Amino acid sequence: MSEPAGRATRQHGEITPLDVAAIRKDFPILSQRVGDHRLVYLDSASSSQKPTVVLDAMSDYYETTHANVHRGVYGIAAEATERFEAAREKVARFIGAPSSRGVVFTKNVTEAINLVAYSWGRANLGQGDAILLTELEHHANLVPWLMLAEERGVELRYLPLAEDHTLDLSRLDELIDGVRLVSVSAMSNVLGTLTPVRRLADAAHAAGALCLVDGAQYAPHLRTDVVELGCDFFGFTGHKALGPTGIGVLWARPELLEAMPAFLGGGEMIRDVRLDGWTPNEVPWKFEAGTPPIAEVIGLGAAVDYLEGLGMEAVREHEVSLTGYALRTLTERFGDDLTIHGPPEPAQRGGVLSFAFQDVHPHDVSQVLDQQGVCVRAGHHCAKPLMRRLGVGATARASLYVYNDTDDVDALAEALGDASDFFAF
Amino acid sequence: MPGLEDLYREIILDHYRNPRNRGELDAPPAHRVEGFNPLCGDEIVVFLDVDDGGRIDEIRIAGQGCSISQSSASMMSSAVKGKTIGEARAVTRAFKSMMSIHESELDGEATDGELPASPSDDVKLGDLEALRGVVKFPVRIKCATLGWNTLTQGLDEVATGA
Repeated sequence: MSEPAGRATRQHGEITPLDVAAIRKDFPILSQRVGDHRLVYLDSASSSQKPTVVLDAMSDYYETTHANVHRGVYGIAAEATERFEAAREKVARFIGAPSSRGVVFTKNVTEAINLVAYSWGRANLGQGDAILLTELEHHANLVPWLMLAEERGVELRYLPLAEDHTLDLSRLDELIDGVRLVSVSAMSNVLGTLTPVRRLADAAHAAGALCLVDGAQYAPHLRTDVVELGCDFFGFTGHKALGPTGIGVLWARPELLEAMPAFLGGGEMIRDVRLDGWTPNEVPWKFEAGTPPIAEVIGLGAAVDYLEGLGMEAVREHEVSLTGYALRTLTERFGDDLTIHGPPEPAQRGGVLSFAFQDVHPHDVSQVLDQQGVCVRAGHHCAKPLMRRLGVGATARASLYVYNDTDDVDALAEALGDASDFFAF
Repeated sequence: MPGLEDLYREIILDHYRNPRNRGELDAPPAHRVEGFNPLCGDEIVVFLDVDDGGRIDEIRIAGQGCSISQSSASMMSSAVKGKTIGEARAVTRAFKSMMSIHESELDGEATDGELPASPSDDVKLGDLEALRGVVKFPVRIKCATLGWNTLTQGLDEVATGA
């Protein structure tokens, strides 16, 4: 692993605390060529790339100590269990959880939120209860609640989006009155908007409700402390945080997990099974039925180690700086031809830049950028209600991470120039 | 890597900039059918006015999407306007065959007891040939076929009186 932390570099007048050139060497995929161009990866909000340390941690586990966890007494099984549970400790530390007992491994954030909706939701909510969501949520924090609403008659309310693409809290007191759960994304995957999680969590508690935070876009980019955030449930996913796919995390206060009924049933999640009944395991294993994705958990442990090696404060500082550079560069070059959604100030947002470019459809923008090796997402970003609110069918989205720098932003600007020439009407 | 000119042929851009049969028909009497590409959010609405003899008298296309989905729908509207349902299905089959999607994958075939359509070779695709390059960009095939799938659904509904 490189030693990038603390080595401030300057590029195009932007000061970043990260040594991006050194970081890039840690990501094998980034040395690939796309035709005559280098790979310019600007889609980390969808899924991030993986450093060698993550890939090595996973293959070393398979090559040296693969066995099922929590079962065998032999050496490699004990070692597998040790690496698996060590990763749980790392994840707990990474999100500021007071104890790893609150860390449940899931497939992704979608499964984490479904777990809460099925277990806590179905045990606690029914006709006459309400949940407060927002207009900027990802489908993962909408559909599980829409399903619960259909099944149980639970009322869903939505905090609206303000004109500046932050949340409009002017009617918060009225909307939160009588709700049982506030479930909100800490950072929009479309707008980059950072939401006032602490304020919403405090308001939820004052109203007698719990607070769930979808941290899919937050935990990989900002130092996360679930105690400071004040939430009761927090979900994030490994593959957006330099880790592998197929592994996510639900953190919950352990006493909540203890009171919640089990979700998926099977091996691992039980203490005893009889022909006429069963007793659940302790938390968090009560919510981890079946053989878990062991290599992926170990890979996630390596990923959060890598991020902590860079320093999450440095990661955030780098992204604020680079987001500012991107906003200025694109706006200066394209003016009114380019509309970037989301709050204008880098400090209010993450490094997610959704944009409309002239009259060119986002798919066509993305297709032309691909010719220059520039990877951006085009589509509705699993946030169709937000797309409708913005009055668009789709956007193109460039998103930034630790391995991106001003050269990547410049490559995006150049490629957009090509798109403009190509589709000039 | 295939170049942009393989995908964005001039005639495609022309249909994108100047879509044919764009607009809406009063429904009813016209038949209205919506198509979605859930992956990207593209939406197409096809309005069909089919006469008692099973001929597509009028067709209009509404909705929004990328240049490939919009131009393909525009060309489709030109290709099937004035044709019988059977002829429209034959063009659809020929187009989908060009997109490397073959008969067995087509749903709702011949529910109205038509004779099997003539082989694709006999169907003149004309301008639609310009979309052949889409096959080199597999992700975009769904864009090119969105309008056609929506048309097929609409013709099925007309045929069954749905």
